[in-house]
Amino acid sequence: MTTIPAPPVAVIAAPSGLARLLQLVPWFVVAGLPLVLPGYEPLAMQVFVMILFALSLDLLVGYAGIVTLGHAGLFGMGAYTAGILSVHGVTDPIVTALAAMVVAALTGLVFGAAMLRTKGLTLLMLTMAAAFLLYEIANKATGLTGGEDGLQGVSFTPVLGLFAFDFRGKTAFFYSLVALFLVFTFVRILINSPFGWSLRGIRENDARMVAIGCPILQRRVVAYVISAALAGLAGALQAQTTQFVALHSLSFELSGNILIMLILGGSGRLYGAFVGVPAFMFAQDLLAKQDPANWFLGQGIILIAMVMLAPGGMLGIAERAMAAIKRRLS
Amino acid sequence: MTGTATLETQSLNMSFGSVPIINDVTFTLRPGERRALIGPNGAGKTTFVNLLTGRLHPSSGSVLLNGHDITEVGEARRIRMGIGRTFQITSLFPKLTVRENVFLAVAECEGIASRLFRSAFHHGAQVARVDELVHRVGLGDVANTQAQFLPYGRQRLLEIAIALALRPKILLLDEPAAGIPTAESHVILDIIATLPKEIAVLLIDHDMDLVFRFAQQISVLVQGSILVEGAPRDIAADPRVREVYLGDSKHGLPAAA
Ligand SMILES: Nc1ncnc2c1ncn2[C@@H]1O[C@H](COP(=O)(O)OP(=O)(O)OP(=O)(O)O)[C@@H](O)[C@H]1O
Ligand SMILES: [Mg+2]
Repeated sequence: MTTIPAPPVAVIAAPSGLARLLQLVPWFVVAGLPLVLPGYEPLAMQVFVMILFALSLDLLVGYAGIVTLGHAGLFGMGAYTAGILSVHGVTDPIVTALAAMVVAALTGLVFGAAMLRTKGLTLLMLTMAAAFLLYEIANKATGLTGGEDGLQGVSFTPVLGLFAFDFRGKTAFFYSLVALFLVFTFVRILINSPFGWSLRGIRENDARMVAIGCPILQRRVVAYVISAALAGLAGALQAQTTQFVALHSLSFELSGNILIMLILGGSGRLYGAFVGVPAFMFAQDLLAKQDPANWFLGQGIILIAMVMLAPGGMLGIAERAMAAIKRRLS
Repeated sequence: MTGTATLETQSLNMSFGSVPIINDVTFTLRPGERRALIGPNGAGKTTFVNLLTGRLHPSSGSVLLNGHDITEVGEARRIRMGIGRTFQITSLFPKLTVRENVFLAVAECEGIASRLFRSAFHHGAQVARVDELVHRVGLGDVANTQAQFLPYGRQRLLEIAIALALRPKILLLDEPAAGIPTAESHVILDIIATLPKEIAVLLIDHDMDLVFRFAQQISVLVQGSILVEGAPRDIAADPRVREVYLGDSKHGLPAAA
C-alpha cells in the first residue's frame, strides 16, 4: 500500500509574479459562482470542506508516504470538538475551529508517536484500529456526543461577529472557501520547504534518510500532527457549516472515501484533491441516488481502475496526455 | 566541534542467526588516515561498515568515537556525529533529481531540514553548496535529471556526493568504484583528493590497482577477522594475504615490491 506512485518531480523554479497572480484567478472565479449559480452554496461548501480534508491527507499519502485508513478519526475529533464546544456555549466559529485543530493535533501526536515506528501494511492496520477506537468511544459516550443520533443543537455565532450563518449558506460558502484557500497556501509553502522535501525523501527511501542523519520518526510525527490539525479544521468546518455532527464523521467509510477521492485525483500533486473530490462527489450523486448497491460497485471499479490503469489518478492521466502532445508537437 | 575524529572498535562480534560474520575485530581509524579494507567476497566488509554506522548492532564488543562508547547510539545520530558512508548497493532517492538528492543531505547536515516556511530553493547558501558538490563529482550536466535515469556509474558518483554533503569527519566508502569503468575509476581518487586532509577515509574495493594507489594503510579482513594490517608494500608481500588471493587473477595483488 505504500507503493502509490509518486508524481514526477518538476525542476524547481520559483514562479514569476505574473504566474502567481494567474494562480489566483480560479479562486476568484469560484468565489463568483454564487452570482451565476445561486442555490448551489450548500453543495459547494461540502466540496470545499472535503477538498480541505483531502489536502490534509495528501500531505501524508502523497508527500510523506504515510498511507492511512483512519484519517476520519482526526476529522471527527475536530468536528466533535467544535460541536461539543458550541453545545456548551463556546460558539465563536474561529475559536472553536482553532480548538478543534489543537484537539486533532494532540490526537495525532498521541497516535502518531505510537504508530509511526511501523510502516506499510502494519501502519495501515494501526491507523484503522485507531479510528475504530475513536468511533466506538464517540458511539458509547452518548451524553457528550449524542451517540448514533449525532450531536444536535449545534450552532455558531457570526463569523468575526459580522457574518451570520444564513439559511442559504452564503456565509458558510465564503467562510469555507477562505479556509480552503488559507490551507492550500499553507500546504503549498510546506511542501516546498526543506521539511517538505525531507518528507519526499522519507517517502522515496527512508533507510537512506536515516543514513544522512534524518530523525525520520520525528519528521513523520511532525507531518502527522500538521495533517491532523488540518483534518481537524475540516471537521470543524463541517460541524459549523452543517450545524450538526454525525457519527459518520469518524467512520471507516469516510476514511476510505477520502483516500479514494485523493487517489482518484492523483496524490502527491497538491491539486489532486481539487480534481478527485468533485469527481467522486459527482459520481456519488449520480450513482448512489439510484441504487446504493450500484454505488459500492462503482466505487470498487473506480479504485481498481485507478490502481491498475492510472496510478497517478486523473492528474496523472492529464500529465501523460500533455507529455504525449508535447512529443507530437516537437 | 573539532574537525577530526578517531573511530575504533573493540572486540567486535556479530552474527546473522548462528552464523558468525564478524569475529573479535579490534580496529582503529585515525584522523587523516587513508586506509583500505580489503578481503574476499563475503568476508564481512559491508557488515563491518554497517556496524560502524549503527545500521547493524554487534552481538558483543563496542564501537568508540573519540574514545566515547557509541555502541548504543542510533544510526542517524552517528551520521550527525560525523560518520558518513556510501552504500555498496546504490541507495538514492530515485524520483528526485540529482540536485534534490544532494539537497536532502545538505539540509540535514546544516540543520535546516525541519524548516517549514521557506522554500527549499530559496536557501541560497545551501543551494550553492549543492551545486558545488554536484559539480565536484562531475554531475553538473545532469543536475536536474531524476536519479533513476542516470547510468549506473553516475549513480555511484551521486552516492558519493550525498556522503560528502554531510561534511563527514570519517568517510566510509563501500566499493565506490564498482560500476564505474576501470579506466575512469581515478575520478574516485580525484574526489577523495579534494577532501580536507584531516578527514579519515576508509575505502573498500576489490580493484587492487585503485586500492594500492589510494591507501597509506591496509586492513585485510578474511572470514570476519582481521588477518593483517600494515603499509601497502608489506601487505602485498605478506604470504598469508597472497594465499588468500592466490589464483584470483581478477583481484590480483600487484607484484611484491
Ligand atoms: N542480512 C543478512 N543475513 C544473513 N547473512 C548475511 C546478511 N548480510 C550478509 N550476510 C552474510 O554475511 C557475510 C558477509 O557479508 P558482507 O556483505 O559483509 O561481505 P563483504 O565482505 O562486504 O562482501 P562483498 O565483497 O561481496 O561485498 C556473507 O557470508 C553474507 O552472505
Ligand atoms: Mg560488501
